[in-house]
Amino acid sequence: MAHKIYLFTFYALSEGNRSQICESSYLFLKGDFVAEQANIIEGLKAKAVEIRKHILTMTNAAGSGHPGGSLSAVEILVALYFSKLHHNPSQPQWEDRDRLIISKGHVSPVVYAVLAEAGYFPKEELTTFRKLGTRLQGHVHRKVPGVELNTGSLGQGLSVANGMAIAARLKAKKHKVYCLLGDGEIQEGSVWEAAMSAAHYKLNNVCAIVDYNKVQENGPVKEIMNLEPLVEKWKSFGWDVVEVDGHNLEELMHAFDQFSSATKPYAVIAHTVKGKGVSFMEGACKWHGKAPNKDEMNAALKELLEGKVV
Amino acid sequence: MEFVPTRDGFGTELVALGRERKDIVVVSADLEDATRAEYFKKEFPDRFFTLGIAEQDMIGTAVGLSLQGYTVFSSSFAVFMTNRAYDMIRIGVCQNNTNVKIVCSHAGLTVGEDGATAQSLEDIALMRVLPNMVVVCPVDTIEAKKATRWAADHLGPVYLRTSRAPLAVVTKESDPFVVGRANVLREGNDVAIIACGAMVYESLQAAELLKKEGIDARVVNMHTIKPIDQEMIIESAKRTRAIVTAEEHQIAGGLGSAVCEVLGQNYPVAVEMVGMRDSYGETGDPQGLLAKYHMRDVDIAQAARKAIKRK
Repeated sequence: MAHKIYLFTFYALSEGNRSQICESSYLFLKGDFVAEQANIIEGLKAKAVEIRKHILTMTNAAGSGHPGGSLSAVEILVALYFSKLHHNPSQPQWEDRDRLIISKGHVSPVVYAVLAEAGYFPKEELTTFRKLGTRLQGHVHRKVPGVELNTGSLGQGLSVANGMAIAARLKAKKHKVYCLLGDGEIQEGSVWEAAMSAAHYKLNNVCAIVDYNKVQENGPVKEIMNLEPLVEKWKSFGWDVVEVDGHNLEELMHAFDQFSSATKPYAVIAHTVKGKGVSFMEGACKWHGKAPNKDEMNAALKELLEGKVV
Repeated sequence: MEFVPTRDGFGTELVALGRERKDIVVVSADLEDATRAEYFKKEFPDRFFTLGIAEQDMIGTAVGLSLQGYTVFSSSFAVFMTNRAYDMIRIGVCQNNTNVKIVCSHAGLTVGEDGATAQSLEDIALMRVLPNMVVVCPVDTIEAKKATRWAADHLGPVYLRTSRAPLAVVTKESDPFVVGRANVLREGNDVAIIACGAMVYESLQAAELLKKEGIDARVVNMHTIKPIDQEMIIESAKRTRAIVTAEEHQIAGGLGSAVCEVLGQNYPVAVEMVGMRDSYGETGDPQGLLAKYHMRDVDIAQAARKAIKRK
C-alpha cells in the first residue's frame, strides 16, 4: 500500500485547567508523514488544506454553493473547532459547550467540512451536500449535528448570540458564544442593533468574528457599501476590537485567547482573502456563489496539493 | 357588560406564570407600558430585557434565550413586531422551531386615533402562513389569560394577538378553552357567524338584530386561527349552509380566508366576509372606524342576510 494512514488523537487545547477539551482525530493520507513531530500549528495547517479540498469537491459535486466566503473562513473555523472551542463532537448538545453561531449561513461548505472533520458526522456524508434528502442544506441547518442555528438571511446571528449569552449569564454558566459574520453581512442594520445591545448588557461572553474578505456578491465591499472605518465602528459601539490576519492561525489563536479575559463584547476583525487558497478564485466576486466545474476543481486541488497559494 | 382590553389579561397572567416558573423570560422593545409586559418587569426585573426600539434584535435575542432553555415572551405592538421583524420570526422563531411567544397588542382597527400606520390589519395573514406557528386571537381578557398560560405550556412558536381597546367580556373563567377548538357562544340554524377578537361581540349584537327578523344565527368564537377548527367550520356549514366571517383584519389572508380554505376543500357553501377590504385605516374613534369600514354589527347582519339569500 503506497499510502499509510496514521491516526492519532490530538489534544488541541492544552493550557489551563479545562476538563472538557475537543478530541479530534487526524487523518493524514499523504506518503510516509511521521506524526510524532507534528506541532499544533502544522497540524492545523494540514487540517485547513483538507477542509479546502472538501469545499471544492462538495460545491463541484453539488453544482452550486458558496466557495468564496467558505475559503476565506477556513482558518477562523479551524482555529476554533480544532483548538479554542470547548465542544464535544460526540455530544453536540453538551450543555456547557461554547456556542458558535454561523451568521453568514451561506458558507455551509466550510462549516460542514469542519464539523465532519471534527467528528460530528461521517465525512462520506459531505458528498450529499445540497442534494434532495440530505441534512446538509445549502444554508446551515440545525438538523446537522454541531449547527446551532438555521441561518441564511443575513443579519440575524449576532442577536441570537446575545440571547444565548444573556441566558448563560442567567444560568451562571461559563461558556462563551461566538458569532461568525460576513463583511457584506454587516451592512444589515440589524447587526448594529445587536452590536448596541451586546455593549448595553456588557456581554463580555460574546465574540463577533468578521470575515473581512473585502468582496461581496457584486463586487468589492468598499464600492458597494463601504464599511470603513470598521474598527472604529465596533469600538464606538462599545466593543473591544482586535485586528488579525484571518489566515494566520497563530494570530487567530492569540486573539481568541485574549477573549477569555475580555471585559466587553469582543470583536475580531479578521482580514481575509475571498477564495483564499485557489489562485483564480482569490479576490474574485464571481466565486461568491458559483461552484467550480470539474476542470476548475482539479486545477484548484492541484494548487492545494502543491501548496502553491496557502 | 364589562369591557377590558385583552392586553390586560396577558399582562396579568404573565406575572402569575413568572411566579410559578423560573424559565419564563420577557423581551420588549420599549412598549412594555402599553403591552402590559411591564407588570412582569416590575416583579421580575432580572428576567426582563428591553432591547430598545429594535424589534429585529428583540426577536433574535428571544431566539437565543429560547435555545438555552428559556420560555420567552416577546412583546410589542402588532404593526412593529410582525412586520419589522418578520424575517427573524420566519427563520429564527419558526424555521428553528424555538420556544418563542410573539405577543402583539394594539392589533386591528380599534387602535383608533393613532391612525393607519399603527393599525395592524395584516398580522394574522403574515403569521398563519408560517409553518410551526400557532395563531390565537383571544375574544376577551379572560380568554387572553387562558391563551397566555396555554402559550407558556406549549413547546414552540405562538402568535398571540391582543387589543388596546376594551373588549366585551363574553366568556367566564369556567368556560373551556382549548387551542384549536372553537366555542359556540350562541346557537342558531339559519346562518353561522364565525368571528375572532373584537368582532365576536359585534357578531353577538348582529345575532340580536337578526333575531328580530326571525333569523337564528349561530355565533362561533374562532379564537384559534391556526390550527383552525375544521370540524366546527364544516359542522356549521352543514347545519346552516350560510357562513359569515368577521375579523378586525384584511379579508385577504385572515380568518375569513382560513375558513374559506376549509369550506372550499370540504363543504362549499355561501360565504360572506366582513373585514377590511384592501384598504388602510385612518385616525378616528374605534367605533366610528368600525362603522366607516363596514365592520359593525349592522354590517355583519347585512352580510348574514346576503349569505342566507345565496343558499
